Amino acid sequence: MAKKYELNEVEVWDGNMAAAQALRQAQVDVVAAYPITPSTPIVQNYSQFLADGYVDGDFIMVESEHSAMSGCVAASASGARAATATSSQGFALMVEVLYQASGMRLPIVLTVVNRALAAPLNVNGDHSDMYLGRDAGWINLCSYNPQEAYDLTLMAFKIGEDLDVRLPVMVHQDGFLCSHTAQNVKPLQDEVAIEFVGEYKPVNTMLDVSNPVTHGVQTEEDWHFEHKARQHNDLMNSPKVIKRVFEEFKALTGREYDFVYKYKMDDAEVAIFALGTTVESAEVAADRMREKGIKAGVVSLRVLRPFPFEQIQEALSGIKALAVMDRSAPGGTLGAMFNELSAAMLAKGESPIMLNYIYGLGGRDTTIDHLTEIFAQLDECAKAGERKYPLQQFIGLRGPKLSFY
Amino acid sequence: MTKKIKNLKEFSLSNDRYEGGNLMCPGCSHNIIVREVLNATNDPVIVATATGCLEVCTAVYPRTSWDVSWIHIGFENAAVAIATASAAYEVLKRKGRLPEATQKMVDEGREPKFVAFAGDGGTFDIGFQSLSGAFERGHNFMYVCLDNEVYANTGGQRSSSTPIGAATTTSPAGKVSYGEKMMKKSMIEIMADHGAPYVAQVSPSKWKDLVKKVQKGFEVKGPVYINAQSACTTEWKHAPEDTIEVSDLGVDSCVWPLYEIINERDEHGIIYSTKLNITYRPKNKIPVEEYLAAQPRFRHLFKPENRHIIDLWQKAVDARWEYLQKREEAGV
Repeated sequence: MAKKYELNEVEVWDGNMAAAQALRQAQVDVVAAYPITPSTPIVQNYSQFLADGYVDGDFIMVESEHSAMSGCVAASASGARAATATSSQGFALMVEVLYQASGMRLPIVLTVVNRALAAPLNVNGDHSDMYLGRDAGWINLCSYNPQEAYDLTLMAFKIGEDLDVRLPVMVHQDGFLCSHTAQNVKPLQDEVAIEFVGEYKPVNTMLDVSNPVTHGVQTEEDWHFEHKARQHNDLMNSPKVIKRVFEEFKALTGREYDFVYKYKMDDAEVAIFALGTTVESAEVAADRMREKGIKAGVVSLRVLRPFPFEQIQEALSGIKALAVMDRSAPGGTLGAMFNELSAAMLAKGESPIMLNYIYGLGGRDTTIDHLTEIFAQLDECAKAGERKYPLQQFIGLRGPKLSFY
Repeated sequence: MTKKIKNLKEFSLSNDRYEGGNLMCPGCSHNIIVREVLNATNDPVIVATATGCLEVCTAVYPRTSWDVSWIHIGFENAAVAIATASAAYEVLKRKGRLPEATQKMVDEGREPKFVAFAGDGGTFDIGFQSLSGAFERGHNFMYVCLDNEVYANTGGQRSSSTPIGAATTTSPAGKVSYGEKMMKKSMIEIMADHGAPYVAQVSPSKWKDLVKKVQKGFEVKGPVYINAQSACTTEWKHAPEDTIEVSDLGVDSCVWPLYEIINERDEHGIIYSTKLNITYRPKNKIPVEEYLAAQPRFRHLFKPENRHIIDLWQKAVDARWEYLQKREEAGV
């Protein structure tokens, strides 16, 4: 048995410690991991918990992220609760196995500390890795601060392991701005967290010798489509379980989570959509705009996958202008979130004026001034009733302005 | 618990946990090797398989040839898959969370065996990093390389196990080429140098030797590497009914010497002694030429302009055989 970890009512944790503590409290059977900045402290903290007797599962320091995720797949198929952490290049190396984890319906939890993708090599935060994995068939949860990283990691196990879901879950947090920024976090005491997460009840475990199972089969044109369709169907139906877990967590802690996050959107006429730590900065900017009489709000996603199509339509309904901020190099088109939100509003049959902003790549600071400038552009468009700026602009970029369309 | 096997008839009638009627080519050695490995024990077995012929031919949904639990993840990760399944078993045993039937077997002293099967592509090449890592970490498992010296599943491309002079689809013989230019990687020594407690080369044609080595491997603690000669009717291009004969030619010419390396080691991977044993010594060591002549993948070597490669082959095999004998004599 692992020792109980004495926790204060309020701890000062950075996002990495918050995620590591959640993994510890989830009593993970097998953590197979490989270090990479900025998520390394998650596995370092976890190793120290193990060294001090607070973990009774296995911690396997493998030789690559590809093996880290492969190890999680095999451990999970063996009936063990499995989890790992990574960032950036490590995430990219895992991608092949991310698809295998979801295709094999294994409820692995992956804490992703978001970081830029090389080249050029960069250790700082952006959302390139998050975007790279968004079609991998995982549930994707997004946190903006250490408290949320902790809460969502605990909830991830309960969501993914639900027998109606049986899918892996990623929990994202921003590299450095969340992972290395210490803040107040209210943790659950060990016994409360353990009871909340619950015991892992595996299905089709390889270790049941009375019932041999075959995992990771071949399917060609005769069955592959049905498998992938069923997987998509179950991912699309997972919100029922996600909602229930959010409600249970609220009943336990008072902390409320929803699929879409909204700040001052009730009467908003202009809004910024962003992911990660930028959400909190955008809130400050929105408050400044409101001091000037501009009805500004902020929208984000708590659940990136499955994409909360209807909730996002509802959240954006009635606003006049929307800035969609994408923190990933768009690779020859508009930003991915811009396209997804555009699709949602097109389907609704009404759309605000929409602008796409590419920002913060490789850890470039995005300041409150940048965000108030975006709000000012939105306000100008809203008042004019038409788009007054290029569809896609790069902000915070040195040198001449860069924009497209 | 070591299974007692009296004779081939009894062995061949063992309760199969790997069913025939799969999609492997007629005359494929993989099938023979897998049956011989699984039938070497009556204990429960958990299997991981790398992407390759064995995987694509035995688990085509909705059918499976496996009467043991089996997992395939990818091409390059069979080693970490089986190592982590083994680690998960240890954790769940410690935590008292093994399934009831499995716990009962364990209580009877019949611990499950963890076995990976992968081809030479999945072992020598793309899976080498995962293999090396899993061996260094010292997990409890057996890794069997089904070594047919070629990427057979994808149509016969060269691997780093393809020997000199072999024509493959990416090292074809042609007007100015005799085929593959390099001799194969010495995987057995590489794996022994990882400090594995037991490493051996086997041939399906010498079934008693194979079974004995697999049983030895099941008895030791730590990672075990078995390199299995796997004559490939499709890519070596011999007739399906000649598989065992070609295998025997390989063993009797010492191209495929049968030997084992035993590292006496503790749980920290510290090695106290190393011993190499040759387990089969041909009564008449036949010329390599006879082995090569039996396989059309080497047909072009018999043209006058390529004969020197056959001479090279003989020198390489003689040198290797000499080396193995010296090591055996020296007890290292």
